[in-house]
Amino acid sequence: METRGDLEVQLKGMREYYRGGNTRGASWRKSQLRGLCRLLEEREAEMNAALEFDLGKHPVEAYRDEIGGLIKSANYALGCLKGWMSAKKAKLPLAAALTTAEIIPEPLGLVLIISSWNFPFGLSLEPLIGALAAGNVVVLKPSEVAPRCSSLLANVLPAYLDPKAIKVVEGGPAVSEQLVKQKWDKILFTGSARVGRIVMAAAANHLTPVTLEFGGKCPAVLDSLSSSWDREVAVQRIVGSKFSACAGQACIAIDYVIVEKKFSSTLLELMKVRIGKMLGENPRESRSMARIVNKHHFLRLKTLLEDPNVKASIVYGGSMDEKSLFIEPTILLDPPLESDLMQDEIFGPLLPIITLKKIEDSINFINSRPKPLALYVFTHNDSLRKRMVAETSSGSVTFNDAMIQYMADTLPFGGIGESGMGNYHGKFSFDTFSHHKAVLRRSFLVDFWFRFPPWNDHKLQLFRSVYLFDYLGMLLTVLGLKKSKQG
Amino acid sequence: MAGEDKKQQPFDSKAASSLVAELRGAFASGTTRSYQWRESQLRGLLRMTDEHEQDIVAALRSDLGKPELESVLYEAAMLRNSCKFALKELQRWMMPEKVKTSLTTFPSSAEIVSEPLGVVLIISAWNYPYLLSLDPVVGAIAAGNAVVLKPSEIAPATSALLAKLLGEYMDSSSIRVVEGAVPETTALLEQKWDKIFYTGNGRVGRIVMAAAAKHLTPVVLELGGKSPVVVDSGINLQIACRRIIVGKWGNNNGQACIASDYIITTKDLAPKLVRLPYPHVLVFSLYGVVSCTLPYLFQVDVLKNELETFYGKNPLESKDLSRIVNSDHFTRLTKLLDEDKVSKKVVYGGERDPTKLQIAPTILLDVPRDSLIMNEEIFGPLLPILTVDKLEESFDIINSGAKPLAAYIFTNDKKLKEHFVNNVSAGGLVVNDTTVHLAVHALPFGGVGESGIGAYHGKFSFDAFSHKKAVVYRSFMGDAAIRYPPYTNGKLRLMKALLGGSILGILRALFGRS
Repeated sequence: METRGDLEVQLKGMREYYRGGNTRGASWRKSQLRGLCRLLEEREAEMNAALEFDLGKHPVEAYRDEIGGLIKSANYALGCLKGWMSAKKAKLPLAAALTTAEIIPEPLGLVLIISSWNFPFGLSLEPLIGALAAGNVVVLKPSEVAPRCSSLLANVLPAYLDPKAIKVVEGGPAVSEQLVKQKWDKILFTGSARVGRIVMAAAANHLTPVTLEFGGKCPAVLDSLSSSWDREVAVQRIVGSKFSACAGQACIAIDYVIVEKKFSSTLLELMKVRIGKMLGENPRESRSMARIVNKHHFLRLKTLLEDPNVKASIVYGGSMDEKSLFIEPTILLDPPLESDLMQDEIFGPLLPIITLKKIEDSINFINSRPKPLALYVFTHNDSLRKRMVAETSSGSVTFNDAMIQYMADTLPFGGIGESGMGNYHGKFSFDTFSHHKAVLRRSFLVDFWFRFPPWNDHKLQLFRSVYLFDYLGMLLTVLGLKKSKQG
Repeated sequence: MAGEDKKQQPFDSKAASSLVAELRGAFASGTTRSYQWRESQLRGLLRMTDEHEQDIVAALRSDLGKPELESVLYEAAMLRNSCKFALKELQRWMMPEKVKTSLTTFPSSAEIVSEPLGVVLIISAWNYPYLLSLDPVVGAIAAGNAVVLKPSEIAPATSALLAKLLGEYMDSSSIRVVEGAVPETTALLEQKWDKIFYTGNGRVGRIVMAAAAKHLTPVVLELGGKSPVVVDSGINLQIACRRIIVGKWGNNNGQACIASDYIITTKDLAPKLVRLPYPHVLVFSLYGVVSCTLPYLFQVDVLKNELETFYGKNPLESKDLSRIVNSDHFTRLTKLLDEDKVSKKVVYGGERDPTKLQIAPTILLDVPRDSLIMNEEIFGPLLPILTVDKLEESFDIINSGAKPLAAYIFTNDKKLKEHFVNNVSAGGLVVNDTTVHLAVHALPFGGVGESGIGAYHGKFSFDAFSHKKAVVYRSFMGDAAIRYPPYTNGKLRLMKALLGGSILGILRALFGRS
């Protein structure tokens, strides 16, 4: 366990290394990204083993949700790096002759990444890709709730990355608390809104900018779909994404489904069939579904279902095994809206179906609740689509699928309101770890002589013309052919 | 409306809470989202500024003794330009931005939609009270938000004018002004906002961010710092000095966040800027003999000469200089000047008139680094000159302190220019001028580190008050089966190929070869 003195010495060393300019050049940044690519390739087996140990994830799930995505992101960053690092010219009006303006991205300096336990590699390394591409030095604090993954990161990262520039600090809440008290040039935090408030309050002491990635109750609105093929695909995507990605313990997992009352029984049947096809008669034996991360969360989910009114609404599943921390896919039909199940983010394999009279009512339903990280809408109805985008607010909206927005390099990934602030992925990662510095270059040759005091009406009039880009007016004033405006 | 309320009862937490609730209702009704509303409000700001320019000038004269030209140019005209630019670009800004999608999400299309954040709070500063209140408001309105503006109480005439005019010209169901000081600001900061935009100092900036943290409210903080000017030799000193002067004393008499705070130049060059007391002249002229005597003989005292040209021999009487805003700041500045280790370093100016709250343009040479004047943002008409042996040392000096809002360099040396641009970190940099980057819409205006968080101006204002919402459209055709259990090696191969983006890999996986 490191003492506070150790930590401060380490951070000081990292700042000095940064100030030495070691991380600024494209070649250093590329070498780090390539190091990550090699790590992901060479250590895939160990990463799979760690995910299996901490969360019971199947290797295909691990690849789909974490390792594969990271390889994609690292390669994307490598390919785009030169463009991201280059200065962007800014357009200037003619009056600014012989002047050039550009925006130059520069690293922020020493940044802190705190990640969560449910996608321990993905949520640690995806931000790291951005921080390194942007030329920063980084301290990574993985979640202690996924301890094998945390210690694997601590062990392998120094072998593949520049150990003077990237450090992994392991530990629990006490360590996190210590870390956030330090002065950082940026903090990117993935976790709960409760802890997010603490992180932002600590950051305020040092005026540290933050990106906060939380979650929320992400609804899936299922409209009537006339084609049975579409219905099958919709259910496959809903049920597949909910139960096969960390058993529903994901910030962008579908938290609950909204459907018109008249379709609820059809939906339920389709879901039951699909779950059966996905996970077989005995989901636990299929080993295709992650388990609940620890006893604390298991008991939390168990308690959600113990509410008698909630229990009464279970229409599928519901069985739990505390020893193996396994909860089977569970569907509930119209549980009470005031129950904890429907008030708190579920973060588990429980899927409530909420029925409404008309599907358009879902808009008010969603708007009367905190803004979620993601909104999913399955529909062919163009006007419903437009209304959903225009009348609701969420981190993102995805039509006819779920969770796939996470893999898009060109879209910002982040929340709004209670679901977070700031965003990352792709270029947004690079930007979130950069300062975009405005640079203006002027010549000695050109100036407006009337720029300088002492002031008079004539100079004022000239300025008025300049500000209007009224070059003719300016010329006339200079020639004395245009009188000053009366004040 | 807001002004009347203030007379009737104090603006406390309860009042703040009901104000926010009212504006949330207005926002929820969708009024502020339409292009028509945003356009009409921006036109309202424009008309308001046009029709009341003289009232604005008068308020600024009352609050700050600001010369008419500064008020017209740096406040009214800049605000007008901001409105016009937003009006010109608004439709484009409001359009969703289509983005490319890759093989990993094929088939799909995607875009980024800008939506308003909701109800935002703008707290502005006293030194450019008209501009710094309304320029952020332009961005907030353009982005479709409801706005509460809290102008600075240290510029009371402008604050009152804003409350009156905004009440007359703007849609008061969605745009309001709350006047007041610490108690009112505290009441406002207790509420839940969708964004807080604060212009001011780092101490209060921390308080604002801590209050925002309670509600997870994102913030833009426009703070300040000590903006240095590095002056190299081999340049047109006269032009450089003019630009430095107008950027410092021509900007509210140095009370501006991006005014040059201090100069760094070589020991060689310093005497050219200001004549030194006799013994120094002897030493430096011997030194100068080795470098460049002729220019020395003809270009001495450039700063002082230009200052005299601009403000006359009696600058305390000049009408072209703002006064010090109030006695607190006057006291603060005279304390900086009168500190023992600093008072003898004055080489020009130093005169002050407490009755007029005026301090003459003052230059100091070689003040000690640990003096008060070198350890806080001066925000006044005092300009210290630091000297170094080699100009490259100046970069270390600048980088060893807190990152400033702006940094300036005057040089013709290409290598030095690039070294400066690539190695000095500040909100913004200007080469061969000072402060003018403020007027460029295409450049983000904001700080880094101690000088602030976030940026605005031009489209950056619109973005600062928007949520960038990712929207993905997928069809029902495609890949569903391979992503989900039951997991097979074949699926894994196909998935690897898809995520790897290689068509060949996909074909191989589909046809069973690994």
